[in-house]
Amino acid sequence: MKLSALHQSYLSRRSNSFRSSGPLDSASDAGYKSSAAVFWLILHGLCCLISLVLGFRFSRLVFFLLFSTSSSNLYTPPLRSAAELAKTLDVHSVQSTNPVANNLQLPFPNKTATNSRVIVGRHGIRIRPWPHPDPVEVMKAHQILERVQKEQRLQFGVKDPRTIIVVTPTYVRTFQALHLTGVMHSLMVVPYDLIWIVMEAGGVSQETASLIAKSGLKTIHVGFNQRMPNSWDERHKLESKMRLHALRIVREKKLDGIVMFADDSNMHSMELFDEIQNVKWFGAISVGILTTSANIAESLDRKEEEENPRMPIQGPACNASNMLAGWHTFNILPFAGKTAVNIDDRLTVLPRKLEWSGFVLNSRLLWKGGEDKPEWIQDIDMLDGDVESPLGLITDPSVVEPLGSCGRQVLLWWLRVEARTDSKFPPRWVIDPPLDITIPSKRTPWPDAPPELPAKEKPEMGIQDPIVKHVTKTRTSRSKHRSKRKHETRTDTQTSTRHAEQN
Amino acid sequence: MGIWRWVFIGILFLADFIVKIEPFKLGRSQPTERISGSAGDVLEDDPVGRLKVFVYELPSKYNKKILQKDPRCLNHMFAAEIYMHRFLLSSPVRTLNPEEADWFYTPVYTTCDLTPNGLPLPFKSPRMMRSAIQLISSNWPYWNRTEGADHFFLVPHDFGACFHYQEEKAIERGILPLLQRATLVQTFGQRNHVCLKEGSITIPPYAPPQKMQTHLIPEKTPRSIFVYFRGLFYDVGNDPEGGYYARGARAAVWENFKDNPLFDISTEHPTTYYEDMQRAVFCLCPLGWAPWSPRLVEAVIFGCIPVIIADDIVLPFADAIPWEEIGVYVDEKDVPNLDTILTSIPPEVILRKQRLLANPSMKQAMLFPQPAQPGDAFHQVLNGLARKLPHDKSVYLKPGERVLNWTAGPVGDLKPW
Repeated sequence: MKLSALHQSYLSRRSNSFRSSGPLDSASDAGYKSSAAVFWLILHGLCCLISLVLGFRFSRLVFFLLFSTSSSNLYTPPLRSAAELAKTLDVHSVQSTNPVANNLQLPFPNKTATNSRVIVGRHGIRIRPWPHPDPVEVMKAHQILERVQKEQRLQFGVKDPRTIIVVTPTYVRTFQALHLTGVMHSLMVVPYDLIWIVMEAGGVSQETASLIAKSGLKTIHVGFNQRMPNSWDERHKLESKMRLHALRIVREKKLDGIVMFADDSNMHSMELFDEIQNVKWFGAISVGILTTSANIAESLDRKEEEENPRMPIQGPACNASNMLAGWHTFNILPFAGKTAVNIDDRLTVLPRKLEWSGFVLNSRLLWKGGEDKPEWIQDIDMLDGDVESPLGLITDPSVVEPLGSCGRQVLLWWLRVEARTDSKFPPRWVIDPPLDITIPSKRTPWPDAPPELPAKEKPEMGIQDPIVKHVTKTRTSRSKHRSKRKHETRTDTQTSTRHAEQN
Repeated sequence: MGIWRWVFIGILFLADFIVKIEPFKLGRSQPTERISGSAGDVLEDDPVGRLKVFVYELPSKYNKKILQKDPRCLNHMFAAEIYMHRFLLSSPVRTLNPEEADWFYTPVYTTCDLTPNGLPLPFKSPRMMRSAIQLISSNWPYWNRTEGADHFFLVPHDFGACFHYQEEKAIERGILPLLQRATLVQTFGQRNHVCLKEGSITIPPYAPPQKMQTHLIPEKTPRSIFVYFRGLFYDVGNDPEGGYYARGARAAVWENFKDNPLFDISTEHPTTYYEDMQRAVFCLCPLGWAPWSPRLVEAVIFGCIPVIIADDIVLPFADAIPWEEIGVYVDEKDVPNLDTILTSIPPEVILRKQRLLANPSMKQAMLFPQPAQPGDAFHQVLNGLARKLPHDKSVYLKPGERVLNWTAGPVGDLKPW
C-alpha cells in the first residue's frame, strides 16, 4: 500500500532505534564511558548475535518493551506457547517475538493492561501440514454452489420451467461418437427436465444405445428402418422424415413440454435452453452457420473489403417494433458449384433454407384435439410428404415468435462435418484387447489416393496408425500418410500386421 | 341434502383457489430479511428532527484550499470526510443557530496531504487538527463549554485519530489528547485498541458508488466461484521478510490455498474485478496494514458473503448491523482451516446470509452517494449520533474547569500549522 513513504520510514526506523533509547545514545558518545554504557554496549552486542542466529532483528522490540512509556496493551502474556507454535510449520524461519519477550519480562507499568489477544509485531505464517485441496471439502463446496445456483434460478430464472423434449436424428458412423457426446454433455447440464428422443437411421444399434445410456437422461431410442443415404440431399430428406416420426411419438405419448431439434453435430449454448422456455406456441431462434471449407477462405480473400468474414446466420428478422418481419437465410451464391454433394466430399456443406434446429414448438400443438390449439397448425398425421422445415407444419408463418431478443442473440451453431463413408472405427471406440504392436499394413483396404486431395490436408479417415503401443524390443514405425509414401518401412522387424479396426 | 353437497363443493373450490394463490405470491418477490442489530431495527431511521448539527465556518485553508491543491482526495478511500462536510452543509439537520445545536462539526480535511502515489501522509495531521481546535475554542465558546464532548470529528485515516499508518507508532502516539472527549467518526475499529475510543462511530471506507453501479451484471448469472480474493499477500516493499504485513494472515491464505480450485485468489487486479465478485459466493476480507478495507463495502454491494479475517475488528455501524449474521468471522489462527470452515456452513445459513445482503437498506448503508439518499452512510452516522443523545449532564464543565491537557503529546505536534 504505502510504498515509498513507508520505505523511507523503514530506513529511518532503523536509525531511530539507536536514537530512541537514551542510554545507548550516550554510549555512542565518544569519551563518555561508564559502567552502564559498557553494560548496554555488551547487551546490544548480545542482541545482535542473537539476531544473527534467529534471522531477524528483535533488539528494537526488546528495547521498546523495556523503555516504552505508553500504556501498551501489546505485551500481555500471550496465549500461544512456544510448543503450540512449534506445531505449525513455518516457511520462513520466523517465530513470533513472544517466546523471547517472555524471557525478558519486567514488571508491567501500573496502567491497566487490557485483555487483547491481538499482538503487534512479527507473526508466524501458519501453514497446515498438507496445504493441498481436500477432495471431501471440494465436493461439499460444489454442493453448496449447486444449492446457491438452484436458489438463484428459483429467484431470477424462469418461473415454472417446462420439460424440454429434444429430437435428435442420428446414425452410426465414424463421427457419431464425437457429435453425439457433445450434444449429450450439453443436455446433461441443462437444469430443466428433459426427454431425449433419439431417432436412428438403420435401426436401433448397440453403438448408439451404449452411448446414450451414459447420459443418465430420460431417452426414447427409436429406430428407423431406412439406412442413411450418401448424398446430402437425401440425408436431409431422411432426417426430416425421422423428425416427423418423432413428432408423432410426442403426439402418441402426449408428452408435455417444449420440442426442440438438436441435430447431433450442432453446438448449443446453455442460454438457449433458458430462452426457449419463453416460447408460447411456435418460436424461432437465430442459428449461426459454420461452414467448413478451405475454399471459403480463398473466396473471401479475393473480395476483401466489401465482405468482412462474418458468420452467416439463419433466423427471424425483426423490424423496428420487434415484430417478425422476415427471415435471414443463408446466401448460397458464393458457393455455387462448389458444394458437397456426397457426405464424404471435402467441400462446403450447405444448410437448407431454414434449418429445423432453428425452431421450437410447444408440444401441445401436436396433440390430437387439444382444447386451445391454434388453428394455424397442421395435423401431422395428415402430412405425409416432405416437410423441409417446421414452417411446413404451419399455415400462417407470421405467428412465429422470434426468440433471443428478436433473433439478435445467436444461441446455437450449425455444423456438418463427416468422415468418409467407408472409414472404419472400432466398435464403441474401445480397442479391446489392447494393441501390442501395430505396424501399418502395406496394403490398405481402400485406395490411398482419394478423388481430390488438397496437398496439406490429412485425410481424416479411421485409425491406420498405431495409437497405443506396448513398446517391446521391436521398433515400431509411424508412417506418415502421404499418398506417396506407401512403401515406407523403417522397422527392422516385421511381424504380422494386425488391424484392430478390422472387425 | 343437495344444498350441502353444493356447499361442500364450493368449499373445495375455494380451498383449491387459495392454495393456487400462495405459490403465485411466493414466486414473485425476491425474499429479503429485515436487518436489526443490537440497537434494534434502526437502519431505516430518519435522523431529521432527532438532532441538530452546527457546522463551524473554518477558513478555507482547512478544507477548500487543501482540496484545491489535490483533487485526488475526492476519489480515494478516505474521501468520506469531504463528502460528509458537503452533506452536512445542505442537510436539514444543519442549524445555523449554535445555541440549539446538539452536535458541533469541524470541517478539517486531515487526510488530504497525498504522496505522488496517492497515499495520505499523516505527519501534519495532528498539527492541523490542533490548530483547528485552537481556532474554534478561541472564536466560539462551545468548545470550552464541554471541552469537545458534544463535538464530533471525522478521522478516516488508517488508525483514526492516532494519525499514523504504522500500527506501532500509532499506538505509541495514542489518540490526539485534544480529542479525548470528542466523538470520533472513523473507519478504524478494533476492540481493546488504543486508537478506538469508547463511543466512536465506525464507518465504512469510501467506495465510489457510480463506479460500482456501472459494473453490475444480471442477477441470474450463476455464482460459480466459491472464494474470491484479489490483493497482496506479501508486501515486499515494506515487509520483505513477511510476517508483519497482515500479521501473516494473508500470507497464510496464499500458502495454504494457492493450488486449491475453490479459491480464486491472486495478486493481479483484473478489469472484471467487480463482475467477478458478483459471481462469487464468498469474498475474503482479510486485514492488511490496518484491519479495515474497502473490500467489505464491495462485497456487500455485490452480494458476496464477506469472510472477515481480522481479530477483534469492529465493523461499520456495529450496533445497527448484525455482522455475525451477515458475514463469516474467521480467527487469524484458523486460516489454515479456512476451506473446512467455509464448507461446513450449512446451505440454509448461506442462503440466509445472501438474503440479508440482498436487502437494499444494507447496501445503501455502506455507500456515500452524491446526492445523499435516505438510509445511506451519512444518515447512519447521524443516526448513531442521535442515539447518543441526550448528552449526559456531566459533559458540561463548570466554568473554569479544565480537563484536557493542551501541551500533551509529542513535541512535534505542538508546532503551529
